[in-house]
Amino acid sequence: MKKLSQLKSYLIGFILSLLFTATSYLLVVNQIFSGGILITVILGLGILQLLVQLVFFLHLGQESKPRWHLIFFISTVFIILIVVVGSIWIMDNLNYNMVPQEINTYIMEKEMIYK
Amino acid sequence: MEKHNSDDKVFFGFWVYLMTDLLMFAVLFATFAVLRNNTFGGITIREIFDPPAVLTETLILLTSSFVMGLAIVSLNYKKKFFTIFFLILTFILGLMFLEMEFSEFIHIIEQGYSWQTSAFLSSFFTLVGTHGLHIAVGLIWMGILVAQLLRRGFTTGNLRKVRLLSMFWHFLDIVWIFIFTIVYLMSGI
Repeated sequence: MKKLSQLKSYLIGFILSLLFTATSYLLVVNQIFSGGILITVILGLGILQLLVQLVFFLHLGQESKPRWHLIFFISTVFIILIVVVGSIWIMDNLNYNMVPQEINTYIMEKEMIYK
Repeated sequence: MEKHNSDDKVFFGFWVYLMTDLLMFAVLFATFAVLRNNTFGGITIREIFDPPAVLTETLILLTSSFVMGLAIVSLNYKKKFFTIFFLILTFILGLMFLEMEFSEFIHIIEQGYSWQTSAFLSSFFTLVGTHGLHIAVGLIWMGILVAQLLRRGFTTGNLRKVRLLSMFWHFLDIVWIFIFTIVYLMSGI
């Protein structure tokens, strides 16, 4: 009985993953929504697919307590969020605050700085 | 009981490795996200992205991940033939995936660009290439494992290795979901 449900788990995971992949692909190719919304939607679909595969393929969270696999996974996600969100945030800010090229050239000419 | 406990430790140890690998991929993703527009007059991701080809790649890898699951189900049913059959099928699908990724790389290089062209291409090749390298290592592992299963049979050690390999393979599919979404699909917006 338990083994049969395992086959079912892989099947459900596969079908759901196919659905999510197809949805985000079709959304992007047909440009259903505009920029910001579309990015949010396909990121959401990606995260949903991550959860589906973690549960149905890797059987995360189905171990007996204490759930070290799950705890370690969550702490890794926490670190990843800090690294990824932090990098994008800081670097975009730096980019935004960069002196534009024209002003840069103007200053260099005025101050007689040659590269 | 003793044996069972030591197996649990092996699986947890491998899980820790997978999570640190995930961290490495996360850093590569962050690098890509930061450098994605620094194309330095070279090719952009929009020109690299070939929607049908990337969708095919994704479906192939997803199917191979599912077939690997079928191998584990056969293993639990103690069906030796089907375990090996599904492992070989996974191997073939993985090889097809790797071939498609390679031809994409070669296509970029044939146009006269490489990882030295721009910061964007460096980060692109590093991120996608690292994933491809993992797939290649997984394929070598799979090949050796099938040979071991055929030669030595379904020993306790080999059974454990099949389960570890399945974790590795599902993990690589999860990383690919994000390459598909963040690297490819987002460029089409």
